[in-house]
Amino acid sequence: MAGLEFVGVRKTYPNGVKAIHGIDMAVSDGEFVVIVGPSGCGKSTLLRMVAGLETVTEGEIRIGENRVNELEPADRNIAMVFQNYALYPHMSVFDNMAYGLRNRRTPRDEIARRVAEAAGTLQLEGLLDRRPGQLSGGQRQRVAMGRAIVREPEAFLFDEPLSNLDAKLRVQMRLEIKRLQRALGTTSLYVTHDQVEAMTLADRLIVMNAGVAEQIGTPLEIYDAPATLFVAGFIGSPAMNFLSGTVADDGAGANLDGAERTLLVAPPASARRGRITVGIRPEHLEPVSRETAALEVVVELVEALGADSLVHGQLADGGEGAAVTVRVDGARRVAAGEVLSLAVAPNHVHFFDPDDGKRLA
Amino acid sequence: MVENRPWLTVFSHVVLCLGVLVTALPIWIAFVASTHPADSMLSGRTPLLPGGNMLENYATVLGSGVKAAGSIPVGTMLWNSFVMALMIAVGKIAISIIAAYAIVYFRFPLRKTCFWVIFITLMLPVEVRILPTFGVVASLDMLNSYWGLSVPLIASATATFLFRQFFLTVPEELAEAARIDGAGPLKFFRDILLPLSRTNIAALFVILFIFGWNQYLWPLLVTTDEGFYTIVMGIQRMLQAEDAEPAWHEIMATSMLAMLPPVLVVVFMQRLFVKGLIEQEK
Repeated sequence: MAGLEFVGVRKTYPNGVKAIHGIDMAVSDGEFVVIVGPSGCGKSTLLRMVAGLETVTEGEIRIGENRVNELEPADRNIAMVFQNYALYPHMSVFDNMAYGLRNRRTPRDEIARRVAEAAGTLQLEGLLDRRPGQLSGGQRQRVAMGRAIVREPEAFLFDEPLSNLDAKLRVQMRLEIKRLQRALGTTSLYVTHDQVEAMTLADRLIVMNAGVAEQIGTPLEIYDAPATLFVAGFIGSPAMNFLSGTVADDGAGANLDGAERTLLVAPPASARRGRITVGIRPEHLEPVSRETAALEVVVELVEALGADSLVHGQLADGGEGAAVTVRVDGARRVAAGEVLSLAVAPNHVHFFDPDDGKRLA
Repeated sequence: MVENRPWLTVFSHVVLCLGVLVTALPIWIAFVASTHPADSMLSGRTPLLPGGNMLENYATVLGSGVKAAGSIPVGTMLWNSFVMALMIAVGKIAISIIAAYAIVYFRFPLRKTCFWVIFITLMLPVEVRILPTFGVVASLDMLNSYWGLSVPLIASATATFLFRQFFLTVPEELAEAARIDGAGPLKFFRDILLPLSRTNIAALFVILFIFGWNQYLWPLLVTTDEGFYTIVMGIQRMLQAEDAEPAWHEIMATSMLAMLPPVLVVVFMQRLFVKGLIEQEK
């Protein structure tokens, strides 16, 4: 087992496209790190650079103590699980798992032992003679994991492994992956665009946007204190509400565009007088009586999810861009057209500089 | 079609039956002719039912050849044709699959150019380049040899193109997974790509074998030694019997024999086809 380290890693494609703008990070031994970001943000490229499927333009990637930039994928002692599983269609499940070991001239009985063990862990015992074509999506996913496990690698690399599964199976496999990684204690790097997957699986998260790591931290750190507007909008579902306004003259609050009352939560001292972006998550808004409300929202649409409902609306006198989503208790009936008076949880208000998108602290 | 139109059904069946009749009748007549004694074919009335000389006729052509044409035994010609067709089919597949592998999976300078150069040769069939090719084969001393019969016909742009198209449909992740599993280029080719191409190889083999078997012009040019005559050109020579009527019964027997191997290849390989198609998956 070993950790993983990125030192000033950059990637420029031959056609001049810059995919990664410099990543510095250390993943400690046994840690589960999830790289999350929208498509095209460079997360897969980063993973593929660790795997050795893409060259590193600049910087260094270390697995354990060794620089691996120049090593062939097979010599890096990593195992990768692909989005479409990439199982060899003409080989049995057993052969799929054993292929890598055979290529490394592992003794026959050792191969049999490891495959049997992995098959046991993944409940594939009865399927070892089947071809991938005869398996369900979830089973194929397990075989792909088995192929990674039998290698007993220093690190697992997962490239959106669950995105081809249906929603229910995805939740189930998510738990299995987490359990398995705990049990094996293997350092893992996991790429996904699904922020729920990211939050639930990660020991630490890397939120990437346009080739830059916007924030690195534990899921809750990132949820509680997103470093940028992008992170704030990307992590959390439904997404955080952003309201623009100005810092109140006495510095003790913010005047939101389209709201009658001043939001009485003091922006951090570093906030200059002037424009400011206030972020409030839907779950941190609470319907209250008119007198104590900080915001008033005209309801446009209600999505009832059962346990709770998502209320979409606009600030009462808001112009463009003052859309607000509120998460309310499912038992509460809200109708379109209604005016909802909302209180704000003061500890959960985020302030951002509207110019560079950075969090104000 | 789910439409229920009885007359349309009847009509299409009639058309199909006519088609079968048009195709099958000449073959039937050839077969019937091959079972009659020599004179019944020359009497002016073509028999439509098999006669009693079948074993005799076939034994003659296989054993000693058509006397009147001074021809060698059909067995030898069949063997020559078989060797030539097999060498052409196997050679074409071997060379084109390797060429396609190089073009699809390796990044080398002028890769695109190489592909297009191969592709352009599609426009140059044997007949167009027959004189220079003959010159080359003659100067390499390959006249009257199996190599001379097959090598010039082996390069195949069509097969290369087909394999290229197939390789492009193989997911890239498969190659990447193999790289991580420690398979080098040759191992990947042998362990993954070749087994996956099995159905394509089978299909191409059928087509190319028949292509090779039916070669007429080229064998006619490069063979002067009777021992290397192929069956397709052999039949034609039988017709040019000097000072005698063509021995139709024996010629027809030879034709039937000449048709047999391609039919067998199709029948046999078809099973492999279907098997491969069932197992194939996305």
